Amino acid sequence: MTVKLYRYLEDAAGRWPDKIAVQEVDGSFITYRELDRLSDRMRDRLVELGIRPGDRVGFWIRKSIDAVATIFGVLKAGAAYVPMDPTAPPTRNNYILADCGVAVIVIENRFEPMLIAEPSAQGAYPAILVIGGAGGGVHLRAMLDEKDRHAEAPSAVSAPVRPEDLAFVLYTSGSTGRPKGVQLSHLNAVSFVEWCAEIFALLPTDRFSSHAPFHFDLSVFDIFSAAKHGGTLVLIGEEVGKQPLELAHLIADLEITIWYSAPSILSLMAQFGELESRNFSSLRFVLFAGEVFPVAHLRSLVKYWPHPRYFNLYGPTETNVCTFYEVPTPIPEDRTEPMPIGKVCSHLEGILIDADGRAVEKGTEGELCIRGSGVTRGYWNLPEQSRKCFVEVAGATYYRTGDIAKEEPSGNLRYLGRSDRMIKKRGFRVELGEIEVCLYRHTGVREAAVVALADDTLGMRVHAHVVSKDGRTLSLIEMKTFCSEHIPIYMIPDRFSFHPSLPKTSTDKVDYQTLKFWSGG
Amino acid sequence: MTHESSAMSIVKEFILDEFLPGEEPSRLTPTTALVSTGILDSLATLKLVTFLEQTFDIQVKAHEADEEHLNTLHTICELVDSKR
Repeated sequence: MTVKLYRYLEDAAGRWPDKIAVQEVDGSFITYRELDRLSDRMRDRLVELGIRPGDRVGFWIRKSIDAVATIFGVLKAGAAYVPMDPTAPPTRNNYILADCGVAVIVIENRFEPMLIAEPSAQGAYPAILVIGGAGGGVHLRAMLDEKDRHAEAPSAVSAPVRPEDLAFVLYTSGSTGRPKGVQLSHLNAVSFVEWCAEIFALLPTDRFSSHAPFHFDLSVFDIFSAAKHGGTLVLIGEEVGKQPLELAHLIADLEITIWYSAPSILSLMAQFGELESRNFSSLRFVLFAGEVFPVAHLRSLVKYWPHPRYFNLYGPTETNVCTFYEVPTPIPEDRTEPMPIGKVCSHLEGILIDADGRAVEKGTEGELCIRGSGVTRGYWNLPEQSRKCFVEVAGATYYRTGDIAKEEPSGNLRYLGRSDRMIKKRGFRVELGEIEVCLYRHTGVREAAVVALADDTLGMRVHAHVVSKDGRTLSLIEMKTFCSEHIPIYMIPDRFSFHPSLPKTSTDKVDYQTLKFWSGG
Repeated sequence: MTHESSAMSIVKEFILDEFLPGEEPSRLTPTTALVSTGILDSLATLKLVTFLEQTFDIQVKAHEADEEHLNTLHTICELVDSKR
């Protein structure tokens, strides 16, 4: 087994040089040979800029062939890629780039005015590579051509990375109001991709959807499984990705065989995708992860698409997928209970622990803890938080997921809820505390508390309860616009309510139970 | 009242009633961002498109139901006008 992520691309380029590696929805594509060559050129340019194994390279590019070639170029140089969310507020992306101490930033010119490059702890500013756009790989190629005209980058060799070397850093919501970077190694990702190969028996003829953005851990499956098997990765941008009808047409017309996304967009497609009007016979697998799939919508999806196999995949960014469950179809009409999260993947081990950190008896609920080759080493630059998220049980170190589960008699795990204030919205992790920190930044806000409630259509609905400084109701437009400048769109509260004061517990803490009741929960 | 401004006031009233209950109407201007601020989420966008199609007897194509076309009252009315 190779433990260099970029070897998947090199191997595919050797075996299937003329196969289409990546396709965009407008029909632009790149073959494996060309993608390998383009990412080699990116590697050479990065090495020429001084990138060494262990460095981080940030990229702020819309999803495109250019972005995929950048990812492989960074990995070949032995560095770790750090993807920015192009739709996130610039302040957040600038924070991530500075926090991670990136040595190079690859950025589209449209985002360049928003970039505030800060010096590293050693005082060095990152090098910046600007590309003229995103699409088809032509912009990355044009930038490399231009650089070569001034000074050609000498041909380097791909770095001899070790399994434990960092491959990418994915930032997720942090309860302190700052995103935190989950560090993932080549071994973490490769062990997951190899497990997928075993379970799903993927094929060179497969056409993989790339629905999740590259800063989201679902993209690890899309990008690297497609490359490992010589399949075609079909890139779906943020805009199309949210539109159920257009997305449904795209799955049919582009003959996607492996679909992977959060359940929320599948729910919308089941309701509004007019799924009876197209031929979806190419679909082999429908994989979903990131949140609970409301059974009513899953049942109706299965009615439209009866032939593919459905898998509920579960796992935080820190472990990637760690449990899986194949959904038996059709789903009985009287079933209301959500699907279990299933059994622990074979490359990992899992246990449930009680509040004292001891393994619970079978059938008793406990916090799910995971160890093994897929598990992160911790958060970038946050040793204290990293230490807290691991627990020693019977001499072995486990990652604490914070998710409460119990084992059913069938051996499947059932997800019961969170032990903290993190929720999933559209599959993204959202720390409710991070939203509160954002609201407190608003000059008109005296107090703010946020609760989340299950919603049959949206999955989760976030409700902000606010006390304003002058006691008046603040403008909804103003609050939402303010939030959009500080936090990603999926974190913006769906509802705002204004009160003279917030309910408190006897210890003078915000009484979230009462707030949930006020929210109708 | 011009044709355009009457369409705008109809759309404005719909958005205020449906998605901005209690909002001061003067705050919703022709350039207030609606999609990028989350005022219109995916479901709200679908409702808005249905409303536009029924009210103005037009067909909105799937690729037009995006931030570029629906982010402000101004762009929404441009889209409606381009169909009539």
